[in-house]
Amino acid sequence: MEKFIKLTDTAIPLETENIDTDQIIPARFLKATDKAGFGENLFRDWRYTNEGKLNTEFSLNNPLFTGTILVAGDNFGCGSSREHAAWALKAYGFKAVVSSYFADIFKGNALNNSLLPVQVSPEFLQSLFKYIKADPLGQITIDLEKQQILILGTGESEKFEIDPYKKTCMLNGYDDIDFLLSRLDSIKKYEEKQLEL
Amino acid sequence: MNKTLFDKIWDSHVVESIPNGPDVLYIDKHLIHEVTSPQAFNELKERKISVFRPEKIVATADHNTPTQDQHLPVKDLLSRKQLKELTQNCEENNITLYGLGHPYNGIVHVMAPELGITQPGMTIVCGDSHTSTHGAFGTIAFGIGTSQVAQVFASQCLLVEKPKKMRVNVNGQLKKGVLPKDVILYIISKLGTNSGTGHFCEYAGNVFEDMSMEGRMTVCNMSIEMGARGGLIAPDDITFDYVEGREFAPKGQKFEKQKAFWKTLKTDQDADFDKEFYLDAEDIEPMVTYGTNPGMGIKLTGTIPLNGGKSADKALEYMGFVPGESLLDKPVNWIFIGSCTNSRIEDFRVAAAYIKGKQKAGNVNALIVPGSRQVAKQIKAEGLQEIFEEAGFTLRQPGCSACLAMNDDKIPAGEYCVSTSNRNFEGRQGQGARTILASPLTAAATAIAGKLTDFSKNLN
Repeated sequence: MEKFIKLTDTAIPLETENIDTDQIIPARFLKATDKAGFGENLFRDWRYTNEGKLNTEFSLNNPLFTGTILVAGDNFGCGSSREHAAWALKAYGFKAVVSSYFADIFKGNALNNSLLPVQVSPEFLQSLFKYIKADPLGQITIDLEKQQILILGTGESEKFEIDPYKKTCMLNGYDDIDFLLSRLDSIKKYEEKQLEL
Repeated sequence: MNKTLFDKIWDSHVVESIPNGPDVLYIDKHLIHEVTSPQAFNELKERKISVFRPEKIVATADHNTPTQDQHLPVKDLLSRKQLKELTQNCEENNITLYGLGHPYNGIVHVMAPELGITQPGMTIVCGDSHTSTHGAFGTIAFGIGTSQVAQVFASQCLLVEKPKKMRVNVNGQLKKGVLPKDVILYIISKLGTNSGTGHFCEYAGNVFEDMSMEGRMTVCNMSIEMGARGGLIAPDDITFDYVEGREFAPKGQKFEKQKAFWKTLKTDQDADFDKEFYLDAEDIEPMVTYGTNPGMGIKLTGTIPLNGGKSADKALEYMGFVPGESLLDKPVNWIFIGSCTNSRIEDFRVAAAYIKGKQKAGNVNALIVPGSRQVAKQIKAEGLQEIFEEAGFTLRQPGCSACLAMNDDKIPAGEYCVSTSNRNFEGRQGQGARTILASPLTAAATAIAGKLTDFSKNLN
């Protein structure tokens, strides 16, 4: 897995709340059997109209906004467990998603793909939206080591939580399979014990 | 120490706890399907590791399958390829597959319980968020991503932080015409779509104790729609009677021994929950959703709330509704009775009982999709098929179908569909489709009237 240590970049705002994984990647694009190509269809039905034209009102299509940080409304990633949502965000180029709330399965999927979910307070999220809209070139730093997100232009910052084990994985590029394989002996012991019961 | 039902199952499945980190949780049953497994199999191949416990995995094809002509080669080439990969992967790894056309084939959350694969006290995972369904049997069942599917393949375990616990109590007498679907839609509308995030939710109270297994599955199925990882209900005689005699359930003395253990699976008195809610059954009426998430629900005879905020305005614009409006008498051209939420025999019985002797309205396309081959067989055996066909409903072959519209079963843009599925997200049932979530009874009544209607006066 790719490492995530520290990121300084501009961000793209997406103020909608309850963005579900069907919006992130619609089900009709889940027929692929590999992980490639999902970036093209990220937010497909918001990026394009039903007639297939570019929706210029959508913030990913707004030339003012660029960057590898997505700042999104409350309860991001709810709905389906499809990991394709995390793959699509990664493939499009995002490295971190900031919101005031993440759905559980999406959060886990993101962490397993080195896409950092940064949960901030609702107030800080509003500060971020205000900042990005006022200055689309304004940068934000996400420091995983310090568990801190900093708005460079205003100096406002906030600490964020992350499971210490997941933090170690992200910082070092470890993944869960490696860890679980190292535990096969104790897993087998557990199985033997269950058989005796 | 007083433990909850959830604690009892979780704690007995912890292989080890990592200090300051997650638990290594043992998984008893891993269900897989064609859409979220191929990349996990690839991952294993790339790492040159084999499936650790293939006998604990069961596969089905459901998400991306046609509901017509299942005996013919699948027309959509990408879908065909995905199904072929599932077959190959299962063959190469000695995994039992109930593929398209197999008598046990069906939606993963319908076929596993009906075969007795799902049993109380188990931990069950699947690359599908509605895995919470199996909690109806007093199991810890939750949806996982594809990376986690690969982890379970490799080790039969997952690294997971123990979730928090919540309990929703509903007591009292349900009104006539109020189904389990209405109960869960009501709960989500009251508590909100992220009220359960980070939690496992136990449902308690006489309303759930009195429910059939089918009803409990409907309730637990939608736990994820309030953000909960899973939902669960303590197993009781209704559960044991349902499991007994099923294909893969323990038999004879083994069953009795298991049953004695299953009886201990309940929350101790005074056990602690992180959150607890109490709701009255008498307050629940048939429910419909008016927006683009399952929490945006009102009673069928109610009105859309005023001042819902910016996100609600966006949802209403998509749905073509306005604040303060009633949905009664709204013309509806599509109804869908199916999905892992409501495609079990009981759902079709209740719909057929209402429809019998009536005709669907001319403007309506009424789609009936059983959850499994076995349910389809039973629909026929019980004479429900004739009732549906005589009323002008279309009965299809089993699968996820128009719940997520991966196959050809799509609702056209701009059209309303009263659907017994679980999600009313934008475009969920097809690009631009407008979904109104409801119970099978509400869907059946809508099909007959051609519009949303207060059917309570038509109930015997």
